[in-house]
Amino acid sequence: MPDVQPFTDRELAALRGEFPILARSVRDGRPLVYLDSGATSHKPTAVLDAERAFYEQHNAAVHRGAHQLAEEATDEFESARATVAGFVGAPADEVVFTKNATEALNLVAYAFSNAAPTDGPKDERFVLAPGDEVLVTEMEHHANLVPWQELCRRTGATLRWVPVAGDGSLDLSTLPDLLTERTKVFAFTHVSNVLGTVNPVTELAQRAHAVGALVVVDACQSVPHLSVDVSTLGADFIAFSGHKVYGPMGVGVLWGRAELLEVMPPFLTGGSMIELVTMERSTYAPAPQKFEAGVPNAAQAVGLAAAVRWVEAIGIDRIHAHEAALVDALLAGLAERPWVRVVGPPRGVDRGGAVAFVVDGVHAHDVGQVLDDAGVAVRVGHHCAWPLHRVLDAAATTRASFGVHNGLDDVQSLLDALDRVPAIFGIDVDERRAG
Amino acid sequence: MDLYQELILDHSKRPHHAGLREPFDAEVHHINPTCGDEVTLRVDVSGEGADAVVTDVSYDARGCSISVASSSVLAEEVIGRPVTEALGTFEAMRTMLTSKGAVSGDEEVIGDGVAFAGVAKYPARVKCALLGWTAFTDALARAGVDISTTSSASPQGVSS
Repeated sequence: MPDVQPFTDRELAALRGEFPILARSVRDGRPLVYLDSGATSHKPTAVLDAERAFYEQHNAAVHRGAHQLAEEATDEFESARATVAGFVGAPADEVVFTKNATEALNLVAYAFSNAAPTDGPKDERFVLAPGDEVLVTEMEHHANLVPWQELCRRTGATLRWVPVAGDGSLDLSTLPDLLTERTKVFAFTHVSNVLGTVNPVTELAQRAHAVGALVVVDACQSVPHLSVDVSTLGADFIAFSGHKVYGPMGVGVLWGRAELLEVMPPFLTGGSMIELVTMERSTYAPAPQKFEAGVPNAAQAVGLAAAVRWVEAIGIDRIHAHEAALVDALLAGLAERPWVRVVGPPRGVDRGGAVAFVVDGVHAHDVGQVLDDAGVAVRVGHHCAWPLHRVLDAAATTRASFGVHNGLDDVQSLLDALDRVPAIFGIDVDERRAG
Repeated sequence: MDLYQELILDHSKRPHHAGLREPFDAEVHHINPTCGDEVTLRVDVSGEGADAVVTDVSYDARGCSISVASSSVLAEEVIGRPVTEALGTFEAMRTMLTSKGAVSGDEEVIGDGVAFAGVAKYPARVKCALLGWTAFTDALARAGVDISTTSSASPQGVSS
């Protein structure tokens, strides 16, 4: 995309003005430098207004009631579904609203174990048994690992994983051994929440489909930062969170191909998701309602729709170009500090909006504390990717992750604060440089 | 920032009584799942009941400066002391750390532990500072010491 440029200073100032929280200060009056959008993004006024407007003007339990508010609330909710689906290139009825991305991934994982014991016709693709395999990767967030571990435990299937290479990419040389006729599901992340690695989803999906496996993609770190179009991506399911893409907390999204959603058993059961109920048994509504038991999170879905409209108005490609420039500037700045070790792909390789690093000899918790003292908010720890950190030989890393409102001034604030770390913890910078 | 007192940094760089030693009555492994900090801790106790004495505390602490320094201060404060006194020190440390800055700590009771008073203002770090201490009380319990007189019977740390 050669014509897509980062935001101008004027554009960036205007964007910042749309986030009320950026006006506050932290730690004794310091301006907030928020570099934790990978954990959760802040919310622009348009999103806050939309959620509030739902409650003030249309509030009702959707898909119930014969009154005008119920009609309007249902319209708002279904229209939000269409908006969010359109954002990722999907028809509306292929989008399921969940509580969060974790629930979306569990919904798919439980479809496999629920397929086994139910009566009636079942789709072989969702039946797991001893001898079958589930393939994940070593770079997964716990949300795309633990549900598959549990699924294997319930069904007797075997969990296998693609290792991570030294440059932060998946070691695809292992794929012929790992992805076989036994593989029923291949679940992997689009963009690593730690390394920033962008995985080749389309290629991986083709190879998985060639052996008959279903493909589940964790899109939490891609949807807010780069264009995701499920009509060409190749995946069978994607999951992402609303709160990481400028939407409210409490709403996540599962997209699934219609023919798969149709044959999948439900996850949570109860009201709203039924077709007919007797005392003995029930039949279920068509997807997506089949997967939305109980009164749904309509206000949050409406807020998320406002968020994706807001992102579309800015342009996801411009957001990507802007954040890529920030990532590059940060990588360049960190490269000038030999006492910092960046994990993940080297400069020049396409990345998501996150950069994680280690200050050798100083625990990430301590690094984060020094940054926080300067008003710079980052994430420290294993970022819900503990197995990956074992591969990286790091107990914890410090992660800066960018959002649409960040600028080069934020990168500089981070680097300036980071430069206080060696002195505080007695790291000899010159010795490291010489070594 | 008042969090990183010289005393804490010194203890974290050169932790006292570090390493795992024999003999010991119990060994525990505690982790802080939010950040991956880990401590393996052994206690050796001699005597019974009111006469019980902490003969040794040895440990392998991996984590941030606060959690490593805290284990170091713990060993410094409790080795050679009667168990009842050691539990009193734990109580005083915990009271200070969970006071949100209201309690500054008595050096007579917690020694170098007073350097951790600033940690109380950072709720996310309180667990780091308590990791070694909760491991210690857990290890005492497993060594057969009655710790029911303290409110530490159910340590907040995660045991594995």
